[in-house]
Amino acid sequence: MITAAEPLPDTVDGEHALVLFTQMLRVRRFEEKSAEMYSKGNIRGFLHLYIGEEAVGTGIMQSVAPQDAVVATYREHGHALLRGIPMNAVMAEMFGKQEGCSRGRGGSMHLFDKATRFIGGNAIVGGGLPVAVGYALAAKMRGTDAVAWCIFGEGAMAEGEFHESLNLAELWQLPVVFCCENNFYAMGTALDRSESETRLVEKARSYRLDAEVVDGMDVLATEAAARRAADSARSGNGPYFIEFQTYRFKAHSMFDAERYRSKEEVHEHELHGPLRTFAARLSASGLLDDDKRATLEAEIAAEIEAAVAFAEAGTPEPVDDLTRFVYSEVQP
Amino acid sequence: MNSSEPTAMREITYREAAREALHEALTNDERVFLMGEDVGRYGGSYAVSLGFLEEFGPERIRDTPLSESAFVGAGIGAAIGGMRPIVEVMTVNFSLLAADQIINTAATYLHMSGGQINVPLVIRMATGGGLQLAAQHSHSLENLYAHIPGLKVLTPATVEDVRGMLATALADPDPVLIFEHILLYNRKGLLAEQAGAVDIDRARVRREGTHVSLITYGGSLWKCMEAAELLAQQGIEAEVLDLRILRPLDDESIIATVSKTHRAVIVDEGWRSGGISAEITARIHEQAFYELDLPVQRVCAVEVPIPYAKHLEDAALPQVEEIVAAAKKVVNGHD
Ligand SMILES: Cc1ncc(C[n+]2csc(CCOP(=O)(O)OP(=O)(O)O)c2C)c(N)n1
Repeated sequence: MITAAEPLPDTVDGEHALVLFTQMLRVRRFEEKSAEMYSKGNIRGFLHLYIGEEAVGTGIMQSVAPQDAVVATYREHGHALLRGIPMNAVMAEMFGKQEGCSRGRGGSMHLFDKATRFIGGNAIVGGGLPVAVGYALAAKMRGTDAVAWCIFGEGAMAEGEFHESLNLAELWQLPVVFCCENNFYAMGTALDRSESETRLVEKARSYRLDAEVVDGMDVLATEAAARRAADSARSGNGPYFIEFQTYRFKAHSMFDAERYRSKEEVHEHELHGPLRTFAARLSASGLLDDDKRATLEAEIAAEIEAAVAFAEAGTPEPVDDLTRFVYSEVQP
Repeated sequence: MNSSEPTAMREITYREAAREALHEALTNDERVFLMGEDVGRYGGSYAVSLGFLEEFGPERIRDTPLSESAFVGAGIGAAIGGMRPIVEVMTVNFSLLAADQIINTAATYLHMSGGQINVPLVIRMATGGGLQLAAQHSHSLENLYAHIPGLKVLTPATVEDVRGMLATALADPDPVLIFEHILLYNRKGLLAEQAGAVDIDRARVRREGTHVSLITYGGSLWKCMEAAELLAQQGIEAEVLDLRILRPLDDESIIATVSKTHRAVIVDEGWRSGGISAEITARIHEQAFYELDLPVQRVCAVEVPIPYAKHLEDAALPQVEEIVAAAKKVVNGHD
């Protein structure tokens, strides 16, 4: 049952709220198309969808400045798009074409873009955390005000790299924002079956980080939390930890039979999904009606169709290039 | 420099030469910093960075917590972020706790990103046995890293190389691992007053010979030099090839020496199974099969975790007598 949605608070700029909604919608539709392309066989390998979690990445990216770096996981299509990697390049990457943002060498799990300082797509759970810490160390040593945004799932918090990284970041007061996307499952393992302490912020606090937990289904909340974190990290207060409580609506990857949770549980969360609830609030505030929605959908659909066409028309990298980029081509 | 002028030489330990190299790097490039366990206040576990903390300060001589994965990974991130970190891992055994970052991250990012994200990181670590440190401090796992595309693996055996390889490694756009054999630190050698950067591409013949090639690297180089001396007394002229770099291997120099002597002994402190000696044997087989008069011989560590007791450790590691025996076997065709 959806109760009547509350309008947005007066403090929220209507235009901006629509932008947030559009960004989330764009990611959602992109992911749906990705799933479709997967079933058609155009995308292969592992594909991890962000459906249900869009409010997290959308909220975070509002505070990511051009000089900042983003280090993400294999569930990163949304982050890549929100960071500004062109959709064409992301889709082409998943199609394995050389027009892709990693020339087809990375695929869905390894989107990279030097221009926007998008430092991967890391598919080792926990593997990105030390890298983000190092990027922040460089930023601090070079005297810039760049922040490293490190995005990972709650599953990573059981890894040693999480603990090593938080300790080091706090010890050296580095500008890292640790963004934990807690969707309550690491593949099929529920949080309370993998963590002795499920209040995740307590783990961060034990390393003396400033830490907060927010509703990751509410884009206004995620945006506000990311802004607090950015302000803090950028002004020299060291690292910051945010737990975004969210939920993954789809399977872990396309290989997952979802034996570990019930359809009812998923359905319950879908009712409170980030797009559905925010759309209702926008309507209640008179910012979104059927016409407006249709226009947005059409614009996004057109962009996605164009990206698919671009990816289809893309070229496979010649096999002769296979051993390029094992080492840098320009040697001193 | 005028080549007719004799180069002034001085005697120096390997440790001191390594230290000079680091000192120069820190002095010449603000982006360079040293990070690792006990590199600062303690002075480095092999005393290579003694006094650096006072000279360069804690920003650039960074003592880290015991978190190999985090500080090696932080080195990667800092390298991507525009710095030129030198990360010290106490010994190669501990680097296994950072194997994820070295193998899954440093070695992959350039390729996986389609050529965009290079990682100009230098990692130094101690390797090898001979100090009775037993099975968790004595292994020669550089073999393992030499298996990994995307890494460069250097094994300086001489004072000239430990002095000169660091600068070249720092100028390299990609991750470079430098392995310093623990028995070398106190070893003395002659170094030119003006010694500087050296190449990290080619193997080097350390002793010319015509009867047999001893192919080796790192700590085993000096055992081979000693063996060559003993062999010479028995009328066998051994050529000693110091590989210097385990990845990428300098095939040309390996094939050249084998084509000259037609007999080869490979000496490696790593284990024989699946190690670099197996790789070199295969390459000789592939590229110079008809140059060989007799099958390649190998002197490697015995396939056990390196034990503590002196007599057992000695028995486990390649020794001069074994090298001599192996060389005589390929030269004479029998033991
Ligand atoms: C080091 C490591 N161990 C195991 C895996 C296999 N694996 C991939 S995703 C995953 C679950 C991770 O869950 P979480 O961190 O919560 O992120 P989510 O997938 O839920 O976004 C596992 C176990 C891996 N990729 N890396």
